Amino acid sequence: MQISARRIETTTIFDVSGDIDLANSPEIRKALLKEIKESKTPRVVMNLVKVRYIDSSGVASLVEGLKASRDAGTRFILFGLSPAAREVLQLSRLLKIFEVHDTEEQALA
Amino acid sequence: MSVELLLKMELRSDPGMLCVVRAAMERLTEAFGFSEPECRSVTRAVDEALTNIMRHSYEGQTDRPIEVLCQRVPKRRGTGGDGFEVLLSDRGPAVDPAKLQGRRLDEIKPGGLGLHFIRQSMDVVEFKRERGSNLLRLIKYLQSEKQD
Repeated sequence: MQISARRIETTTIFDVSGDIDLANSPEIRKALLKEIKESKTPRVVMNLVKVRYIDSSGVASLVEGLKASRDAGTRFILFGLSPAAREVLQLSRLLKIFEVHDTEEQALA
Repeated sequence: MSVELLLKMELRSDPGMLCVVRAAMERLTEAFGFSEPECRSVTRAVDEALTNIMRHSYEGQTDRPIEVLCQRVPKRRGTGGDGFEVLLSDRGPAVDPAKLQGRRLDEIKPGGLGLHFIRQSMDVVEFKRERGSNLLRLIKYLQSEKQD
């Protein structure tokens, strides 16, 4: 799994690729919480186009990001969900809780 | 028809091995005859079960033994095809069965989803303690008899 960040105006986009599982979900969690709580970025976007698989620990990291964003008044957005990632969020009944878009353009609109 | 061994894996409780096991499960379930969504489902269940062993049984230690045994088992009475059975065992402390319930999904909080995914994916989920090992038995049955 690889994660990198880029900034467009007041938005930070995390580009994630590979599988998100127990081996690397702590890294996702750490990056998200740092960006939201410490940097207090107004909008944080997760680019999941290249994420083939996400497990419950990955979902937990996203939920922690969502909760932190709500506390901080940050907008937290996901885009580019693969069928497997979408399925996992649907199974956990969290798909409707997140702001989800298909493309980066939609996420940044 | 008797039980047929398909694959046996012995691994250490290193989360870096999860992707290796997932890759094996993806191929094996496909060869077994499951549909693509079912392959994803079974792979996810095994992955979540291993994650639970690593996190809870072994509390994050990365050098503890885990065994994963995949077998073809006879179909249940009535309609349907053979079963794909996965037996996972670890040498961690005895698990409290009361903790094997998963959490309610109407709560929005991190964690507690692994068991939910496992139960959603598999037809049989059984846990027991035997000779100092925790044993988790998972079975998913083919929808219909596989044609040779």
